Amino acid sequence: MPIRPEHIHDGPNSDPRRPPRRGTDDEPAPGGGDVIDPALASRLQFALTTIVHIIFPVMSMGLAPFLVYFTWKEVRTGEALYVRLRRFWTKIFAISFAVGTVTGLVLEFEFGTNFAAFSETVGALMGGPLAVEGMMAFMLEATFLGVFVFGRERVSDRFYFVSSVFVGLGTWLSAVWILIANSWMQTPRGFEMVTENGHPVVALTDPIAAYANPRFPWMFVHMQNAAVLSVALFMAGVAAYHIYRRRHLGVVDSGNYDAEFWRATLKVALVVLIVTAPFQVIHGDAYGRHVAETQPQKFAAMEAVWETDSYVPEYLIAFPTSVEDLTDPRAKELFGIGIPGGASWLASGGDASAEITGLNEFEESPPVAVVFWSFRAMVALGFWFVVLAFWSAYRWYSGELYDDRLLHKALMVSALAGVFTVELGWIVTEVGRQPWVIQGVMKTTAGVSPGLTGTDAALTLGGFAAVYLGLLTVYTYVIARIVRRGPKPPESDAESGRETSTIDPAPEVTDD
Amino acid sequence: MIELPIALADLWFGIVLAFLAAFLFLDGFDFGVGAIFALRTDATEREQLLAAIGPFWDGNEVWLVVFGGGLFAAFPPVYAGLFSRHYLLLFGVLGALILRGLAPEFYEQREDERWHRWWGRAFVAGSVGAPFLLGVFTANWVLGVSGIAPASVVVGLAVVALTVVSGAAFLGVKTRGSFREETTAYGPRAAVAYLALVVVALALAAPRLAFGPTTLFLVALSVALAGGYVLALRRGRYHLALATAGGLTAGLVALVGAWLYPLADPATGLTVADAAVGSPSIELLTGASVLLLPLVATYFVMLYSVFRGPIEPGETY
Ligand code: HDD
Ligand code: HEM
Ligand code: HEM
Repeated sequence: MPIRPEHIHDGPNSDPRRPPRRGTDDEPAPGGGDVIDPALASRLQFALTTIVHIIFPVMSMGLAPFLVYFTWKEVRTGEALYVRLRRFWTKIFAISFAVGTVTGLVLEFEFGTNFAAFSETVGALMGGPLAVEGMMAFMLEATFLGVFVFGRERVSDRFYFVSSVFVGLGTWLSAVWILIANSWMQTPRGFEMVTENGHPVVALTDPIAAYANPRFPWMFVHMQNAAVLSVALFMAGVAAYHIYRRRHLGVVDSGNYDAEFWRATLKVALVVLIVTAPFQVIHGDAYGRHVAETQPQKFAAMEAVWETDSYVPEYLIAFPTSVEDLTDPRAKELFGIGIPGGASWLASGGDASAEITGLNEFEESPPVAVVFWSFRAMVALGFWFVVLAFWSAYRWYSGELYDDRLLHKALMVSALAGVFTVELGWIVTEVGRQPWVIQGVMKTTAGVSPGLTGTDAALTLGGFAAVYLGLLTVYTYVIARIVRRGPKPPESDAESGRETSTIDPAPEVTDD
Repeated sequence: MIELPIALADLWFGIVLAFLAAFLFLDGFDFGVGAIFALRTDATEREQLLAAIGPFWDGNEVWLVVFGGGLFAAFPPVYAGLFSRHYLLLFGVLGALILRGLAPEFYEQREDERWHRWWGRAFVAGSVGAPFLLGVFTANWVLGVSGIAPASVVVGLAVVALTVVSGAAFLGVKTRGSFREETTAYGPRAAVAYLALVVVALALAAPRLAFGPTTLFLVALSVALAGGYVLALRRGRYHLALATAGGLTAGLVALVGAWLYPLADPATGLTVADAAVGSPSIELLTGASVLLLPLVATYFVMLYSVFRGPIEPGETY
């Protein structure tokens, strides 16, 4: 019995053993007298846990191509420099991977624990990609990582290189499947609504339409490029830190400062930055157009357009005229520097007079301020990364790459900015979709587990806040320690059995 | 309405339980090593214990990921109902797995004693807590109860004992000399404790479960396997001991399956056939698994043969 998507909340609840679904329009969500509304707590908890999780996949997906490159050079040339590069960055990869595993497992369970109604509704469509992600991607990644981290002495060069490729492939394949699931939630198709066991559920009718949905290629390219860009920024920032300390501050405390290592890191990172930063901006611009076409409501929130209008300006900076309006950035009441017709231009791909559908045309809107400001900040940072890329390229070209103090400082403060920008982009994507969990099909509040109590939800939310704070603190501490200490001095490479080092083993590579 | 391919539903019921068994066995010996870690105080011995599981635990844990993913994909209402009803229990499992996963990684980062003491404790707590809570969860699933029932607690303890059984056999393969003798000595004791706890759990659960010939057969099989395990350990046939530990784990999960079937979730009365996803989702899932599971098996064979035999002296986590 197909029913129209809008009627999804009205499915009969024929099973007396199961509590009714919450969040239907005529029946307010239970939990009024509860510690916290379980729907709100679940949303906060999901937001918190994904925001923390994504940090680690970004590190591992972004580092993967660098590690493949270092391993390839190591195996081909046998140079000690590449052994050090591969070892040092693998250490950071391995720790990020372990944290990514445990935080990812949390997400996989959370669909069932906190969003049971959602899981039951979408299982036939979204369960598949998640199960395949496990079998195809995580299995590949986790087994070959064992070889890649622990097995240098146990396998041949060729097999070792293949392991690095498979680990990288695994991280990227996991992004394929998780983004197939997520992109379907943005532009759902290839399904119909049916009733099963008394609940409205999604039945897959056209797998190709569903899994190759229009959002997926946009999301995958934007996400993967963002991950590589973020790691390039991180590597460049770390290298700049070491070079800056040695050259401009003259610090010589660390006995094993390795100029060759940090210069190589900086150069590799900058090459990648110069390619990925401009690409991200160009791609993002086209991506915005696609969002305007497929999720007009989200686009209106990104631009804070309330009334349907043409010649809508693109505000680069916008300040509300009064303090209360800080959370309500209605475009009409802003002091702003804007490009006339800019938003219309962006939405239509070059027509400054194009019409943009305003938020007032929709029944409900997402929290506009969050989406508007996150989008602004992402775009601003995107342009900043391009500036950094061109600036570094110019200094490199003019032979002053190691002399520009200001550039080194700029790279240092931007070391974590890429990861931060990824968070902003995801906030635009996910908060901008609200109140829908599946655009136009199911509301987030209708997806929450029916039996969940506010007390339980508050308990786990508080628990996650505490545990993840601790986790991030320890992770940051451990990574910072590894970064500050730098790679092991070149001599210790002898133990890896490759003496064909082409550099002088003495660590005193002078830096001036 | 969609017509359900019944045979595929049954097949997936078996596959999902097989994922659970694979997890309980493979990550089980990692957990068991964690429990044995608590009983050893020497710093180099502890290093060796961490080194023994180093290359494996992450891959082993993925079996839990595919268990969750498989359940979600094949039986969405069971996944949703079961996971939301055992809300705090599952977050307990996750908390334990977080500790177990992070602890060895962080343990190695510093040399000082306090750091080692605390991450060592976290490692033990996670390694013991995860199988215990998973045991409670599984028993609650079979019995159709929530909260903490006495029978479920006993099952939780039995699963912990079972991980020590596997862990001791695994260390038989991975260590040498007197250290091997001391660590494998935990195995027979754990096997006896496991059998005793299973009997207690059966007695406690008796009013809620039917004891058919399958149950009796599986219990008898477990006793025989436990005997074989003890003999194999005594004779130094560590690989054989590890295999019998795997058999014990498979037997336990088979018991779970025998009691559940034809229901998939006794608490709601949903049957396997009713709970399974319809066409074409289940065919696609089956097709993907037919392609992927042989590959996955290959990766594990590769991993375990690269790191076969005892850990070498210089190897650390
Ligand atoms: C280094 C990170 C980074 C940078 C510099 C940019 N983005 Fe981005 N953006 C992301 C990282 C990101 C992301 C990885 O966080 C998101 C979230 C979901 C996705 O597919 O990519 C994203 C989402 C995202 C979306 C939302 C898509 C949706 O709702 O599904 C749009 C329209 C843009 N981006 C556009 C841009 C533009 C116009 C940029 C530059 C001028 C830009 N992005 C720079
Ligand atoms: C890792 C990057 C991601 C981040 C940072 C992220 C962030 C968020 C945030 C902030 C929300 C809360 C929106 C709100 O309630 O206002 C949310 C909601 C949600 N996201 Fe994501 N998301 C990510 C990826 C994904 C993916 C890949 C999926 C699906 C496969 C997904 C599924 C959901 C679901 C089901 C909700 C609804 C529950 C809720 O509102 O909290 N997310 N996400
Ligand atoms: C909200 C939805 C998400 C869920 C349910 C989820 C689930 C998981 C799970 C279960 C793991 C652990 C796998 C293992 O044991 O190895 C994991 C790790 C990972 N996830 Fe997610 N994830 C989500 C969001 C994302 C997003 C948006 C990306 C990237 C685009 C991503 C990429 C990865 C990667 C690459 C790993 C491997 C571990 C690592 O490299 O750190 N995940 N995820």
